[in-house]
Amino acid sequence: MIELTVNGAKRQVDVVPEMPLLWVLRDELGITSPKYGCGVAQCGACTVQIDGMAVRSCQAHIGEVAGKSVVTLEGLEKRDQHPVLQAWIEHQVPQCGYCQTGQIMQAISLLDLIAQPTDEDINEVMSGNLCRCGTYPRIRAAIHAAAAKKMAEK
Amino acid sequence: MGLQELSRRAFVFGSAAVAGGIAFGSYGDVVQAATAGDNPLAAALGPNSVTFNPWIEISPEKITLIAQHADIGQGVGSVQPIMIAEEMDLDPGQFEIRFAGPSPAYFNTGFADEFAPFVAADQSPAAEEARAATLEYLRKTGLQMTGGSSTIPDTYQKLRVAGAVARETLKAAAAKRAGVAIADLRTQSGHVILPDGKKIPYVELAADSAKIPPVLDAKPRDPSQWRMLGKPMTRLDVRAKVMGDLKFGIDLRMDGMLYASVKLNPNKGQPLKSYDASKAGSMPGVKKILAINNGVAVIATNSWYAMKAVDAIKCEWAPSAYPAEQADHWKVLESSFKPEFLGKEWRKIGDIEAGLKTGTRVEAEYRAPYLAHQPLEPLNGIGLVTDKGMEIWVGHQSPQFVQSIAATAIGLKPEQVTFHNQWTGGSFGHRLEYENVRVLAEIANQMRGTPIKLVFSREEDFLQDIPRQIAIARHKGSVDKGKIVAADLQLASTTPLKGLLERSGIPSKDPDGQLAAGLWNVYYDIPNFRGTSYEAQGLSPSTTWRSVGASTAGFFTESFIDELIHAAGLDPMKARIAMCNVPTYRKVLETVAEMSDWKGPLGNGRGRGVAFVESFGTPVAEVVEVSKTERGIRIDKVWIAADVGKVVDPVNFENQVQGGVIWGLGHAINCELTYAKGAVQQTNYNHHEAMRIYQCPVIEVRGLENDPKVRGVGEPPVPPAAPALANAIFAATGQRIREMPFNKFIDFV
Repeated sequence: MIELTVNGAKRQVDVVPEMPLLWVLRDELGITSPKYGCGVAQCGACTVQIDGMAVRSCQAHIGEVAGKSVVTLEGLEKRDQHPVLQAWIEHQVPQCGYCQTGQIMQAISLLDLIAQPTDEDINEVMSGNLCRCGTYPRIRAAIHAAAAKKMAEK
Repeated sequence: MGLQELSRRAFVFGSAAVAGGIAFGSYGDVVQAATAGDNPLAAALGPNSVTFNPWIEISPEKITLIAQHADIGQGVGSVQPIMIAEEMDLDPGQFEIRFAGPSPAYFNTGFADEFAPFVAADQSPAAEEARAATLEYLRKTGLQMTGGSSTIPDTYQKLRVAGAVARETLKAAAAKRAGVAIADLRTQSGHVILPDGKKIPYVELAADSAKIPPVLDAKPRDPSQWRMLGKPMTRLDVRAKVMGDLKFGIDLRMDGMLYASVKLNPNKGQPLKSYDASKAGSMPGVKKILAINNGVAVIATNSWYAMKAVDAIKCEWAPSAYPAEQADHWKVLESSFKPEFLGKEWRKIGDIEAGLKTGTRVEAEYRAPYLAHQPLEPLNGIGLVTDKGMEIWVGHQSPQFVQSIAATAIGLKPEQVTFHNQWTGGSFGHRLEYENVRVLAEIANQMRGTPIKLVFSREEDFLQDIPRQIAIARHKGSVDKGKIVAADLQLASTTPLKGLLERSGIPSKDPDGQLAAGLWNVYYDIPNFRGTSYEAQGLSPSTTWRSVGASTAGFFTESFIDELIHAAGLDPMKARIAMCNVPTYRKVLETVAEMSDWKGPLGNGRGRGVAFVESFGTPVAEVVEVSKTERGIRIDKVWIAADVGKVVDPVNFENQVQGGVIWGLGHAINCELTYAKGAVQQTNYNHHEAMRIYQCPVIEVRGLENDPKVRGVGEPPVPPAAPALANAIFAATGQRIREMPFNKFIDFV
């Protein structure tokens, strides 16, 4: 049994330690906001936080996550009022929406690092998150709007 | 008439079928025709409930609106119900949305224009009669399919009529109950409002409404009265997608479910010869290893266990029927410009031979490679086979073909397959194909009684992705005294639509009409013109990829027109505007010229290119601006104008158009699929990257409403993107790039 904390709750899973966190979340625990897109850290759809850091859950072996705290989009504090999620809704970013949970988790991490990112900063940090529908102009706008919201809240 | 007949008569319409003066029904009439016994909702209706037509169901508990077109990210899971809700005076949150099951009641009227043998700008009586005849065939065959940018053209009229019928019938039921005149009633927010101000919720009128005949002559409202449509509104699926709450097909779970993954013959369409699963059988989580027709499957307790184990199986495959190596695919195409491979001479104007002999001759060859679709949600599905038949949960654009493909795979009748459509993480044409459906049926049939969730690994999805057509164009033309006097456009290509029809079980012998898209619908005054397609034989199967034929022919045509314009010494924008012979289309070009403030060459290593392509009836003009930097070409900005007759959902319109531009540019710059040893060499996104955010330009969008018909916009922004970029690169650097992907010839930052 491997024990970890997911969205604040202690969970135990009986899987091999090599299993990527992504597949523990999705198939063992039924937490589906982290998406399977590529399996090789090329798309970012599986992005979650481990101990506060954005990581590709397809690359994190569950054995190494034991004892750590995992937060998925479902477990974000005050999710309904979260400035990044609010900006994403106001800008109507999603088309198919499949990559967006990963985009949002990455954007949250970006804004934790850089409060007022430039377009260059956004390019730098968000280029690992692939969107096949082409929502990039709206992702950019939503990140700027979320940054402004966060500043206003302070 | 069945679907068999459809392929012959309607998809690639013969001219003989057009004759005759039959009075055909209008699009709106589809609702009236479908209200009778063929409403698929009637059979499953609960007590005290009503269904007015195949799109609306009201029970004492809730209102359900049916989305007949599949949502593949283009937003139709939202705009279809909103078109009904607009007419019914329902607000978002007052109804549920359900995807339609398979039924001929949901036949796609929107294909009538695309399949009739006239270019879109031709709205003459003869052309309209042919479209009406095509509509009649579609009605009889009952083809239910999402694609061809047809959702809005198909549903704009009929869903508003459907909503109006519901509204007026609910009012009639309320009038009867309250003993007042219908004219004294109004509707608001899901209620009928009586003259005294009393409000009756629609759900309380369900039983009464079922007892009276529906008010079939109800009229939809004039757009000037719209509350939601035509105005910025929030897509109904946005919140759930942002909150991570929306369940895509891949997110579903069932009690007792097991997980499957597959390894299939990468030589597409060929069987498995033998396999060695000695290692895989003892791997963690593995429950069972199965041989299927063209590969092997592992059943396990977790998708990852299944993928790992399937990786460990060694397979011997039957070799490919197409050339094993990419170079030989190109050779076949090069030798396909011969009479025996003629698809069709689609259009001929003037005397092409004489025209080519006049003035200065221009010739150029262009190439476009195979491409993958690769929506981010990989192919998947859940299947359960029992003695009664099969249930299948999968996101797909062709419900009836899901039934027939699954049924055929395991010896059932199509009606024994129950299909539950799902929200999908993109398609771009991928979810018109059937590999996951067929394979899932085979697996579930060997695992009877257990729900099986199949997930393709990304690598397997790439390997089985039936690509976009590959094509070569050999264009000739001539210019004389500052004018284009001749354009002889010829291309050789694989056949995307024919391929899809064949795999759908309705093979067609007629020329592939999608090879005409972007080739024959050229709206410039060129006195001598010819557009001819050749169909290469024996190459990789190919299929519809966002914008289909126009994605290749649009690039060829608009690159060549640009070369002719330059040879004639003209300005690319002014010449196109001057030559354009359809007033509404000329307006599209003029609009993009105005938006971009086009004033001729920019100089200083900057350049602009323009392209104009009509596809699926929607004329689109794009201007791309690039800069030459030390590290390569940077795409700075794109201006795009499209005339769709009516912008029904403005925010989503802009999102779709921007997405189409990004799709067109990203693949033109960065992507190709190539074969080696019969398999594609690109098996994950690092080898087929399209566009990431760092390459994405600013994209300014404008929608026009001059076309008398309402058009779709999912695909039409794609075809002009690549030629506009190539033309911009020429303007900035003097280098003509005639082959995709462009990064083979020039670097991009």
